[in-house]
Amino acid sequence: MRWLVLTVFLLISSVAGAAGMGYDEARHLLNRTGFSASESEVQEYARLTRQQAVTKLLDGVRLEAQTPVPDSIGEGFQLSRLKDKTEEERKALLKEAVLQGINLRAWWYQEMLDTPSPLTEKMTLFWHNHFVSSQQKVKSPVLMYQQNVLLRKYALGNFGDLLHAISIDPAMIIYLDNVSNRKNQPNENFAREVMELFTLGEGGYSEQDVKEAARAFTGWSLDRDSGQFRNYLRLHDDGIKVVLGQSGRFDGDAVLDILLAQPRTAELITRKLWLEFISPIPDPLEVKRLAGVFRSSGYDIKALMRALLTSDAFYAKQNRATLVKSPVEFIIGTLQQFDIQPENMRPFLFVGRSLGQDVFGPPNVKGWPGGDSWINSNTLLIRKQFLERLMRDQEMRKESRAQLKAQNRNFMRGQQRLTAMYFDSDVWMAQFNDTDMQRQDQAERLLLAATPVNKLQPFNNNLEFIRQLVLDPAYQIK
Amino acid sequence: MQRRAFLKILGLIPLIPYSSNLAFAAAPAGNYRNLLVLLELKGGNDGLNTVIPYSDSEYYSLRPRIAIPRDHVLQLDGVTGLHPSLQAMMPLWQGGEMAVIQGVGYPEPNLSHFRSIEIWETASSSKDYLPEGWLSRVFDAYPPPQSFAADGIVVGSQELGPMGGGNTRAVVLSNTEQFLRQSKEAGDMAGSVPNAALAHVLKVESDIRQAASNITVNFPFKTEFPKSQLSNALKTAAQVVAGNAGIAVVKVTHNGFDTHSNQIGTQARLLKEMAEGLVAFKSALTELNRWDSTLIMSYAEFGRRPKENASGGTDHGTANAHFMLGGRVKGGLYGTRPQLAQLEGGNLSYGLDFRSLYATAIEKWWGGSASRILGGRFSSLDVLKA
Repeated sequence: MRWLVLTVFLLISSVAGAAGMGYDEARHLLNRTGFSASESEVQEYARLTRQQAVTKLLDGVRLEAQTPVPDSIGEGFQLSRLKDKTEEERKALLKEAVLQGINLRAWWYQEMLDTPSPLTEKMTLFWHNHFVSSQQKVKSPVLMYQQNVLLRKYALGNFGDLLHAISIDPAMIIYLDNVSNRKNQPNENFAREVMELFTLGEGGYSEQDVKEAARAFTGWSLDRDSGQFRNYLRLHDDGIKVVLGQSGRFDGDAVLDILLAQPRTAELITRKLWLEFISPIPDPLEVKRLAGVFRSSGYDIKALMRALLTSDAFYAKQNRATLVKSPVEFIIGTLQQFDIQPENMRPFLFVGRSLGQDVFGPPNVKGWPGGDSWINSNTLLIRKQFLERLMRDQEMRKESRAQLKAQNRNFMRGQQRLTAMYFDSDVWMAQFNDTDMQRQDQAERLLLAATPVNKLQPFNNNLEFIRQLVLDPAYQIK
Repeated sequence: MQRRAFLKILGLIPLIPYSSNLAFAAAPAGNYRNLLVLLELKGGNDGLNTVIPYSDSEYYSLRPRIAIPRDHVLQLDGVTGLHPSLQAMMPLWQGGEMAVIQGVGYPEPNLSHFRSIEIWETASSSKDYLPEGWLSRVFDAYPPPQSFAADGIVVGSQELGPMGGGNTRAVVLSNTEQFLRQSKEAGDMAGSVPNAALAHVLKVESDIRQAASNITVNFPFKTEFPKSQLSNALKTAAQVVAGNAGIAVVKVTHNGFDTHSNQIGTQARLLKEMAEGLVAFKSALTELNRWDSTLIMSYAEFGRRPKENASGGTDHGTANAHFMLGGRVKGGLYGTRPQLAQLEGGNLSYGLDFRSLYATAIEKWWGGSASRILGGRFSSLDVLKA
C-alpha cells in the first residue's frame, strides 16, 4: 500500500513537475539528433521531459539500415580480382568500383532520408568521421559498405567493442596500411592513428609508444582472395613490447585495451561528441564529468549520449544555434523537412561533394574538419543556389519544357535533375493551425534555429515566404 | 559594413589593434599594390624532372626510364636545365624575369600529402600544428586596405590553404561571370550578430558582396588564354585583377602531380599547361600594366623521390625546385643544387627552408617584418629588383 501511494505520488509529481520540455527545447533536441523535424514531431516531444524525450530517442535506435543494398554492392568488386590483370582490365575494374561507389553513396543518402532512426545515421556519420576510411584508397565498395554496417551496428553500442571491431575491419586495415604490417618491417600507420586520432589524442603517447604498438599489430592483415581479416601468426612479432609504461608480449587486442584504460580516451570521444552535438566550445569541466559517466559505464555510448543530451549544457541558450549544418545535414534535412522524395539520390551526392562532404570519401585520416569551415564563398553560394532551385521548382513546373531545358544548361551537373521533384508549399504550410499570421510565426520557429537576420520582404504566396526563410543565413545553422 | 567594424562587433579583434606594430603601421606597410600569386602544384611536382641536373650521371642512373634525355633538356647553364615542356617559359628566363630556386624543403620532412601541405600552408615546423595559414597571419598583422575586393581569392580549389583559419577575406571562385550571377544570393544584411557560427556565415556573405561589387565582368583582354583548367583559373584571376579594386593574393591550384606511375606523359602535359598558362597570364597582366607589380611563386607539399619506381613513376619525396616570376624578379638560379650522390634514406636533403620564400614575399615584396609571422628568422632571398 505504501508503495502504491508512493508510486502514484511519483507519477503525479512527474507529470505535474514536468509540464514537458516545451517547444523550443524539443525542436533543438530533434534537430541536433536528426536531420529535420516536422511541426507534429516537435509538438509531440514538447510534452515530454528531457529525460523522457531522450529515453524515447535512445530506445528507438535501430542497428541496421532499412534501405535495401544495391545488388551491385553485394556481388561487387573484390581485391583479388585486381591480381594478375592487365593494365586495361584493372582500369575497367576500377571504373566499375567507382560506379559502385556512387551507388553505395546513394544508398546511404536514401537511408538517411528515410530512416525512422535518424540518430543512428548521425552517429554512424560521426563514427565514419572518427574511424575514417575512404573509398579512394580502399577501392572496394563492398568493404566500405561492410565498414558502414559495422559502424551502424555499434553506433550507440559499446565503444570498446567498436574499437576492437574497427581495428580488424578490412577497409580499415587497407586504409591504414595494416595489410603490410609484418614482423620484420612494421608499418606504423595504424598504430599512430589509433593513438593520435582514435583514442588518446596528440600528446598522449610518445614516438616510442607508436613503434612498440606497431609491433603488437604485426600480423593483422587480410586474406587477399576473400577480403576477410586474417591474423597471420608467423608475421607477428611476439616479443616483449613497452606501451605507455606497461610491458608484455602484447598483441593488438592487448594494446587496444591499454588505450581504453586511459582516461584521455573517454575525454577525446566526449570532446568530439560535444563539438558535434553541443557547441564549438567545449566546457572542460563538463567534458570531464561526461567522460566520467562514459568510463564508469564501461564505454557505453548510449549512456554517454543520455548524459549529454539531458545535460543543461545541451539545452543552454548560448549553445543553441551555434553549429553550422554539415552539407549532409543541410541536404538531407532540407529534403526531409519539405517532404521531397527524389526518385534518385545521385544528384544530391554531387551537391554534397561540391559542398565539401563526399561520404565514403573524407579528405584524409583526420576526417572533415567541419564547423565554420563548411562555409566559404563558394559553398555558401552553392547552398543558396540549391535552395533556390528547390523553391523555384513549383513555379518551374508550369513553364514549358523547352524553357526548363534552356535554364538547366547553366546549372551544375548535380542539380540537373532536381526539377523532377515537387515541393508543395501550400500543403507544407497546412501542417500549422490557426491564422495566417500565426502560421508564419510557427513556420519561422520550426525552420530557423535563430531569429532571421533579414527583414521579411512582402510576398504573394507561401512559396515566396518559405523561400525567404530558407535563404536567410540563419537557415545554415542548427 | 566596414570590415574592421564588423570584426569588432564579433569581438574578433582587440579594440586597440596591433600596438606592437604601431611603428610598422606608420610605415608604408603591406604594400599590397604588389600582388602575390601563389601557384600550387598539387600532388607534389617532381622537381628533378622539372629543373634537371642534366650533367649529373647520378641523375641518369637513378632514373633509367624516366630521365629526360640530355639533348631534350632546355639548358639554363652548363649543369642545369628545364623540362622540354617548359619551352614557352624560356623567353621569361632569357628576359631575366624568372628565378629558379632549387633544394627547397624543411627539416624532418613529412611525406603525407595532407600533413606536408599543412606544414607548407601554415609555415610551421614539422612538429608544430598552427591554426592559421601564414597569409592569414600576415593579413592579421598588416590588414590590406578595406577598399580591396578581397584580401585574396582562391581559384581552382576549395581550400583556403595559407589564407585559412583567420579573419582573412578570402573568396573562392571558379569563374567571375558565374560568381557575379550567383553572388546576388548573398544578402545585404546589417543585423546584429547573435553568435559565432552565424557571424561566420554573415562574414562570408559580406566577403562575397564586397568582392562582387568590385569584380569586372569581362575585361576585354587581347591575350588569348590556352584551353586548360589552369589557364581558365589564371584567366579568372586576371579578370579579378582587372577589376582594379585591389587584391593582395591570388592562389591558383594546378592539379594532378601525384605521379606514382607513368609519370612521363602526365608531367609533360601538366608542365606544358603550366608554362603556356603562365605566359598568357603574364601577357594579360602586362595589358593591365600589372606585370611589374606581380610576383608569382610556386609551391607544393613536397618533391618526389630521386629514384624512379617500378611503375615508371616517382614516390613521395622531399626537397623540391620552385619558381618565382614577375616583372621585378631578378632572374637566375638560386638555392642549392640537388646532391644526388648524398641522399638521405633515398631522399634529397634540402638546402633552403621554404619559409625563406615566404620571408622574401613578406619583407621584400610587401615591406613587412617576417620573423614574428614565421615564428623565427628565415633569411629572405635577394631575388627582387627595387
